[in-house]
Formats: sequence, C-alpha cells, structure tokens
Amino acid sequence: MKGVLVRPIFLTVFIYLFLKFIVPNLPHSAPLPSSLIFLYLMLTTAGIVIFATLSGASKDAFFGPMLRFLTGESGGAFGGARYLVLALFPLLVGWQTYGSTASSDAPPAENRTIHPAPPGEYTGLSNPVPKTPDNIMYGKGLYASRCSPCHGNFDGKGFAAPGFTPPPANFKDPTTIAMLQESFLFWRIKKGGVGLPVEGMPWKSAMPRWELELSDEDIWKVIMGEYDGAGQKPRTWDESE
Amino acid sequence: MTARLRNQQPGNRREAANDIMVNDEVRTMRHQGRIVTNHGRQLAGRVALLAGCAALFGLAGMPDVALAQESASAPTAYRDIPYIGSRNLVWIIAQLHLLLAGFVLGVPIFAWLCEIVGWKSGDKRYDKLAKEFTKLLTSSYATTALFGGILLFMLIGFYPKLMTYLTDIFFPSFLVYCALFLVETATLYLYWYGWDAMAEGNGKKFHIFLGFLLNVFAFFIMIVPNSWATFQASPVVLAEGSDFARAWAATWNPTWWPVNVHRLIANVVLGGYICGAYAGIRYLSAKSQEERYHYDWMGYVGNFIGVFGLLPLPFAGYWLMREIYQYNQQMGITLMGGFLSWLFILQAMLIGVLFLGSNYYFWLGITHRIPGSETQYRKPIMAMLIILLLCLAVWMTPHSLVASLAEAQQMGGTHHPLLGVFGVMSAKMTVANLMVLVTFMSFIMYWRAGKQDTAGWAKVAKAVIGAVLALAGIAVIVLGVWGYFVPAIIRINYFSTSQVGIVIFVMLTITPLTALLLKSAKTTTEMVWGKMPPRAGYALVLNAVMVILLMTLMGYARSSSRVHWHVYGVMRDSSQYAFSPALGYAATLMALNTFLFCMLVAFIFWVATMGDKAKATAGVKGPVEPGRIPAMAGGAQSLDGAAIDSPEANRPV
Repeated sequence: MKGVLVRPIFLTVFIYLFLKFIVPNLPHSAPLPSSLIFLYLMLTTAGIVIFATLSGASKDAFFGPMLRFLTGESGGAFGGARYLVLALFPLLVGWQTYGSTASSDAPPAENRTIHPAPPGEYTGLSNPVPKTPDNIMYGKGLYASRCSPCHGNFDGKGFAAPGFTPPPANFKDPTTIAMLQESFLFWRIKKGGVGLPVEGMPWKSAMPRWELELSDEDIWKVIMGEYDGAGQKPRTWDESE
Repeated sequence: MTARLRNQQPGNRREAANDIMVNDEVRTMRHQGRIVTNHGRQLAGRVALLAGCAALFGLAGMPDVALAQESASAPTAYRDIPYIGSRNLVWIIAQLHLLLAGFVLGVPIFAWLCEIVGWKSGDKRYDKLAKEFTKLLTSSYATTALFGGILLFMLIGFYPKLMTYLTDIFFPSFLVYCALFLVETATLYLYWYGWDAMAEGNGKKFHIFLGFLLNVFAFFIMIVPNSWATFQASPVVLAEGSDFARAWAATWNPTWWPVNVHRLIANVVLGGYICGAYAGIRYLSAKSQEERYHYDWMGYVGNFIGVFGLLPLPFAGYWLMREIYQYNQQMGITLMGGFLSWLFILQAMLIGVLFLGSNYYFWLGITHRIPGSETQYRKPIMAMLIILLLCLAVWMTPHSLVASLAEAQQMGGTHHPLLGVFGVMSAKMTVANLMVLVTFMSFIMYWRAGKQDTAGWAKVAKAVIGAVLALAGIAVIVLGVWGYFVPAIIRINYFSTSQVGIVIFVMLTITPLTALLLKSAKTTTEMVWGKMPPRAGYALVLNAVMVILLMTLMGYARSSSRVHWHVYGVMRDSSQYAFSPALGYAATLMALNTFLFCMLVAFIFWVATMGDKAKATAGVKGPVEPGRIPAMAGGAQSLDGAAIDSPEANRPV
C-alpha cells in the first residue's frame, strides 16, 4: 500500500497536464475549456476515491496520511506544514469566493445550444424537388455563389469565415447537417439568423435571410447540393429516401 | 402517412371543443412513417376495454398551468394560488404522485420475484423479504391514492378547460381505470392478508398467482394514465367515431408504448434501489450481527434487482426518444438539440453516478464478503473502473461546451473540433452499451468470486467468455465509430440496434455458461454477510437518490418538451405560466421533489416497521455492547478499516 497517496496525486497532475497542454496540440484540436477540464478532473478524483476505498486496508492507506497530517499526528516537519495548510485553506476558499462573486468585465460563459427547435410549420416538410443530377448541380452553383464565401468548400472555411464567432458550420463534420432533416435546413436557410426563436438565447448567427433572394425551390436545391457536396445524407425516417 | 388531428365532436360537443381549441384550430400533424387506420383502431378498440382510464388519479406530467383570466360570461380556463403558483403546486404533487406510483408498481414486481425465488429455492429469507416489502405496499398504496386524489382536485381546480377537454376524449377509459383500481385493491388485500394463510402447498401456488394478478392489474393501472400523459405530447384525435373509438385512438398514440415500457423498467429499478436504500439505512443502524447479516443480504438483493432493471433502461429510453423525434422533429430537437438538451448532460451525470455506485457496491461485496478476493480482483476492478470512467467522460461531454468568450474563440466556437464528436448519439450509445457490459461483468465477477472451477472444460469456457466479451466490446466500438459515416437512419435502425443486440447476446451467452461452470465449481471461500463497511450502506442510499433525481429530471424533460402546449399542437397553454422555467429553477424543484419523496418514503417505512422494531427491542435494555454501536451512531470506525479485513474478523457467523 506504500505510495497509495502519491500515485493518485501524480495521476491527477498528469491528466491535468495532458488535457491542458497535450490535447490542444493534437492534429485538428484546440484548447479545452476549463469547464471540460474540471469535469474530467472530477471524474478522475471520483475514480481515485472509489478505488482507494475498496478495502479497509486501502482506505486506511489512502486517508491515513491525510488524517495524521491534519490531526498533527505526523509530527516533525509536517507540524509546520500543517499550520500553513490550516492557514492557507480559508484563504483559498476566500479567494475562490471572491473570484466567483467579484464584478468583472469578462462576458459570462455561454451555454449556447446550436440546434434550436424549428417552428411547427416547417417540421413536416419534405424536399419537393426531384433529386436529379441537374438539380443537385444547380444547387451547388447557388451554394458556390451564395454560401461558399462563409461555408467554404462545405468545410466551414470560406474566405469570410475568420470574421465570425462562432465560425460558419462545417457541413463535412458528421455532427452537423448529417444529424438534421432537410426541413430543418430549409427553415434555417430561408429565415436566417433573424428567424431564430427566442428560446435558448443567445443565438449568434450571421446567416442571411435567404428568402429575400432565393425562391423556395432554389433553397431546396441548395440543400441537395450541400448534402451532396459535403458527402452527407440528411436524417430521414424512411430508408428508401 | 399523415394522421389528421381534427375537431371531431358532433353537435354541441363539437362547439364545446371548438371553444377550447386555440383559434378554433384544425391542425394537421404529420406522423412520419406511421399508419393508423380506422379499421385498426376499431379492432384494437375492443381490446381497449381492458386498458381504459378513469380520472380519479394520475394525469401525471402536466405541470403546465395558468391563471384565470375570466370574465363574467366566459367559462373559467385557469385558476391560480398565491405565492407558490398553481403550476409549481401541481408540479410538486404530480411528481410526488408519479414517484409514489412508481414505487407502488415497482415493489410488487420486486416482491413477487423474491417470493418465487423463495418458493423455488426453499430459501425462507426471500419469502421474508417479499413479505416485508408487501407490508410497505399497503401504506404506500394508500399514500399514492391520496396524492392522486389531491392531484385530481388540483387539476380540476386549476385547469378546468383542459380537464373538460381530456374528460371528453378519455371518459371511457376513466371508467375502466376505476374498475382496475377496485380489482387491484382487492387483490392487494388478499395478497397481503393471505400471506401466512397461504404459506404452504397449493395455497402458496395460489398466493403466487395472486401476486401475478397484482402485477398484471398494476401494469394496466400504469399504462392507462400513461395514455393521458402521452396523449398530451403526441395526440391522435379522431375526426369521427364513437366515444370509445376516439378514446382508443387517443390512447394508442405514438409515444404510449415507448413510455409504458420505459416506465415499467424504471419502476423495477426504483423498487430495487429503494429496497437497497432501506436495507442500507437499516444496516447502518443495525445493533446486532444478525441484523447486519440480514440487511447486508437485503441490500445485495435490492442492488441486484436495481441493476437488473438498469441494464435495459438506456435502450428503452433510446427507443422513447427515437419515437418522439420521429413523431415530431420540433419536439425531438427541443429535447436533444435545443434548450432542453442540457438536461441530458445532467442525466448522464446521474446515470454515471448510478452505474459507478452499483458497480462500487458489487466491488465492495467482492472485497468484504469474500475474504481474500481483493488481491485476486483488484486489477480487473481497476480496469473496469477505468473503462467506466472513460465511458462516463464521453457521455458527459456536451456537443456545445460551456466556454468563456476567450475559450470559444480559441476553439473556434463552442464546439470542440476534436472532442465535439463525443457530443452526438453515436458516441453516447456506444459508451452506454460499454457501461452496461462492464456492469454485467462486475456481476459475473461477483458471482464467480470465491469459487474454483473443477470442470474439465473450464479453460475452454473461460476462453470463450473472454473472447465473446472482447469481440463484443470491439464490435460495439466499431459500430459506434462507423455510425458517424452512415446516414442517420442506418445508424438508428441498424447500428444502434445491433449494438444493443450484441450486448444482449453477451448476456445470454455468458450467464448460462457461468451458471454451468459454477454448478461443478468448488467453493473456496464462503460468502460472509454483515461485514460490509458503512460506505456500502451509503452507496445504496446514494443509488436510490440518483434514481429519484433521474425520474424528476426526465419528468420535467418530458413535460417541457410540449413547450407552450397543454396538448401538443391542439390545445395551447394561454395562461401566465405558458413558458418553460429556467433550468436552474427547474433543478431546484426537482431537488425539492426528491427530498419530499425521500421524506415520504422514510415516513412510510418508519410507520410500517414501527411494530417490528418495538418487538425486536423489547427486552433489550441496558448499555450497548462495545462494537455493537450502529454505524450511523458513531460506530463506523469499528465496522471499517484494515482490522475488519483480517481473517479473524471475517469468520462466517
């Protein structure tokens, strides 16, 4: 049971360093938000406590040093450290409390939901335009002229994309349009950012209201072109579609 | 195929119904891929005599309320109550009623199964356990009915317009519901009061048959109010036909059976874990070794039944969500991608704790009840724990992350380019399946602990078990990853179902194989009951609290998915409460409901066991012996630590 307390500390520190410094440097990755790092570290801690308390012996080996330290039984050099911890702990709590309650000019963290629910009148729609090569090609043409400046080659990396936060959607990502029905896209393209419902604010979308420029039929063709270009299929409930 | 929702009442009733439909709305809603014919309804309608409803109790899941805005001539649509508000009050009462109902319907399943095991095995402990819990039924049954009555009065008082509409649709089923309640009550009385009189021979067989009937009636009592609640979410309204035909069509709505199945399994889970929690508390307060022995064993049975129900529960939930999404895209996205999607991250946390708690209890059992097993199983336990935590990390990773502006800019939005892939169903289903597999293996490990295989083919069997498990794990992961590259319908219809099928195949293969192996196995270490550390008792209580919290959370999700509709797409909520409460506010009410339910159950347990405790303590006077102090009263140290692990302390009693 020796080292039963040291290993968890090393493990926790290693996981923190891994999440903070290694994951962001993996290919196609980015820094993780602190909320996610905190979540993973909580899981790590829970796992450590669960494993350490499986038997009476391992529990004593894990909590024993902490208890002895905090009750002053360790003695020696630990005595001074104990007073230091007992003094610093309230200060740490105070600092945390101050940090979480003090006024700040930083905007609050947002829990934006990406997919708002479409209005009822759009939910039952299906694409009325035949899926012919011509229509798909026509839709791709419209996409190239209207959508690609932001959404790029279906990958969300158009030349105007760097100007937006959040960036335009990457349609090649299997977690975007592949998860949605065509009617959802029809609504989002037709009504744009201004047509988003108030529920679940804040919406951040610079999407134009394309109904002002495109007919419904053209929007359906754009949708077909989008799916075809991105190599995705829309969500359907009928396998033959 | 389109099913039409039309105003269907002839004559005066049609006018009345028009009044309550917003804007005299005649709406058409699409039930994609769903065919409901009048012929089918009429045929099925005859069967519906068995499954009707009566509005004495229930109508769970209708917290949408509002204030009366009446004039002298107009009928009252809503009433309110000061301070707490009508919606909050109905929310609390409906949730408590639903939780109590879950308990009252779950416990008979639990008790009946225990009675059968006791009857078949001849182990009287199971019979005693079944009886102990049936005793709780009588008081909790009355409490459930009481809350159902309160709920009914409140619904009629606060929502007269909605109740008129629902009564008009469901009246025939109300009558059937009354009849079901009568036979259920009579059966319960016979089952409980006839326990000792029908303890042997054919009497016992008849008693078990009564238990079967009790559960059959209970099942129908559950599915009838389910039809009212699910009708509100996915209404099917016939344009013409008899009262009976309309009631049956409304009953057989798209989400009725998914909810029935989900709630049935959830009730078993609730019953099992509450039994576990009860055993845990009694274990912690036990003063004698005999008590500790009994309640340790009871905790094991409760946890086992809870886990038994927990394993298929995610799949039933998945089916329910699939039906909701297929029924209406708006509702599906509101739940899974819209403002309610955060609830599913909370759900992941709660389910994660539940899985961890259940496995932890199994592992504690291996370590403490089977002396000497700790060293043997420490590494496999660590491996399972790591897999569970990794799965949980994936399950809890949201699609859109909570991030500061600076963090979002670094990520290029709130969707992480690498870990964002964990935020969708393909990943969630994969890890849910893996967690179920790990939990199943925890149980198998517990089952095998302390036994030594003697069969000549044991090596081959163990190799088969290992291979099946490894291949199943790999197949589940491969299908999960592949699921990102196929159309959603292929993933939903084939990949997800295949994953579930693989897990079921593993269970159906390994369980009999293990049973065969154990038949000829030699017991090397006897199971020692009553030696679990106090934290095992607390783990059982934690599991029960998690299940209750989960039910309150999902109840809120299901009700809120209707957003500003009393009856989705048919009757709009036009009250001052026609908005979804903020998640933090809802979470406070969920916590309050959980607390109130725990207090109610504690009260029921206390009342029901008062007499037994008085008998047990009669004659036991004087100071408590050293080492006999209950864990809850400061004796935890004497029941835990390295000393309790020693062979001497673990001698069977």
